[in-house]
Amino acid sequence: MENLANALVVLSNFVIIPALAYGSQLALGALGVTIIVAVLRFSNFAHGELMSFGAMSAVFAVWVLQWLGISIAPLSTALLALPVAIVMTVAIALLTDRFVYRFYRVRKADTVVLLIVSIGVMLAMAGIIRFAIGPDDRVFDDGVRFIISVADFKALTGLKEGLAIRTSQAITIVMAVLCVGFVFWLLKYTRIGKMMRAYSDNEDLALLSGVNPDQIVRWAWVLAATLAAIAGTLYGLDKSFKPIVFQQLLLPIFAAAIVGGLGSPVGAVAGGMIVAFSEIALTYSYKKVATYLLPEALQPDGMLQLLSTNYKYAVSFIILVAVLLVRPNGLFNGRPS
Amino acid sequence: MTAFLSGTNMVGGYGVVDILRGCTIEVESGQVAVIVGPNGAGKSTGMKALFGMLKLRQGTVTLAGEDITALTPQARVAKGMSFVPQTDNVFASMTVEENLEMGGLTQREGVQDTMAQIYDLFPVLKEKRYQPAGQLSGGQRQQVAVGRAMMTRPKVLMLDEPTAGVSPVVMDDLFDRIIDIARSGVAVLMVEQNARQALQIADRGYVLVQGENRYSGSGPELLRQEDVRKSFLGG
Repeated sequence: MENLANALVVLSNFVIIPALAYGSQLALGALGVTIIVAVLRFSNFAHGELMSFGAMSAVFAVWVLQWLGISIAPLSTALLALPVAIVMTVAIALLTDRFVYRFYRVRKADTVVLLIVSIGVMLAMAGIIRFAIGPDDRVFDDGVRFIISVADFKALTGLKEGLAIRTSQAITIVMAVLCVGFVFWLLKYTRIGKMMRAYSDNEDLALLSGVNPDQIVRWAWVLAATLAAIAGTLYGLDKSFKPIVFQQLLLPIFAAAIVGGLGSPVGAVAGGMIVAFSEIALTYSYKKVATYLLPEALQPDGMLQLLSTNYKYAVSFIILVAVLLVRPNGLFNGRPS
Repeated sequence: MTAFLSGTNMVGGYGVVDILRGCTIEVESGQVAVIVGPNGAGKSTGMKALFGMLKLRQGTVTLAGEDITALTPQARVAKGMSFVPQTDNVFASMTVEENLEMGGLTQREGVQDTMAQIYDLFPVLKEKRYQPAGQLSGGQRQQVAVGRAMMTRPKVLMLDEPTAGVSPVVMDDLFDRIIDIARSGVAVLMVEQNARQALQIADRGYVLVQGENRYSGSGPELLRQEDVRKSFLGG
């Protein structure tokens, strides 16, 4: 019995909790991607950089707040900086739309053209971010590090294995639940949310019904940029802020959005969790879990690791290709990708 | 004296070829006008022209005496015109009630009252109000589409083949509802494949051929004419 408990603790500590936190970050990112697909009908490859921009804004705001001596200890100052990051990210998203995407939208450019334009925006924004803050790794979490540390947990339960819950992980999961809940509520019950869904469902009929397309597009960017800023800041808080990481994050985020079905908000959240759990579960070494569960005679010699962690991104690729082959509309029937 | 909605001498099409070649379509308040004719005669194009979805090279469109030829479809909605397209005429992923709400977006007040009236007109929609419109049968979807269009309390209701793909029983019922709508003072204009049944309820009928008016008159009059019956109604 105690062996089982120990095995579960190990599994939670190294797979379930990290995957939940990582999945929450992917879900928020994928939700932003999917909103842009639903309303503006193109895959926004600059979304990763939008997250990066949000995180960078948060880092700057944290520095200013620290310099002013303002803190909300024991919580991280980044939480206080988040509204600033959101405002800056929404501003840059609306400016990009006004000066770049709108130009192609009024010409009714093909989605592929917009997709390529978004790659240009991505590269330009990546340059601006490196220019502003530099390419280095920055840790900006100054709050209490653990809610429960390994030692506390062991003392509390008397188990041999410990479970640590980092504050940043808990904040990430709670924030993700709140944001997803808010977005779903907005889409389901508010006038603007219904108009967004109508516009996404049948653009011509929405226009005939008096939906103002400019207003819908603006709201889509506000939502996507807010989610991007939160996702980026949470990711930076959980790990650290490093500009290059957000280019690498683009793949799992798109995998998540496509697995769930592009344009489907429920799908984006489910997709984020599926990708995160697959990545972590497939690259984790189960030796320690096995030592608790299997009798001594059956103890494995190897690491019981399916893939090296270097292949983390390959998992997203495989999921992506498999979904596109078998179910191109995604699990929740979005648009064909 | 021109009719309430009137497209006079309309010429236009997509690209260089004119599909409409001088056709005239009119409808009065409280009446049903029906456009029939063979495939490719320009029936749907005529509707689009009246609604501003097609740029006219010649001719004018007037609503209650006012020239609206240059207005966009959205502006015409604000003027009291409403259009039910032939296909993709509901928000398939949204519930029946949400579809109606979207129809009422431009209304400042009285949305609940209008919705209640539409539920009276189409009781089955009230039963299915929380179901996605995409899951309904063809006839029910058409009712949602008409209901959505009626949410703006239009003075002119335009329907592009409202009975396409529905059973004969449902078609009769739908025609009855359309007459009800017209009798409440709305000018109803529709394009129909089921020419015989449609002309029976038409106060005014137009037979279009190659973008021109070939015959016009009241529905029963057209039905009595030998050549109309022979050429377009199969004897």
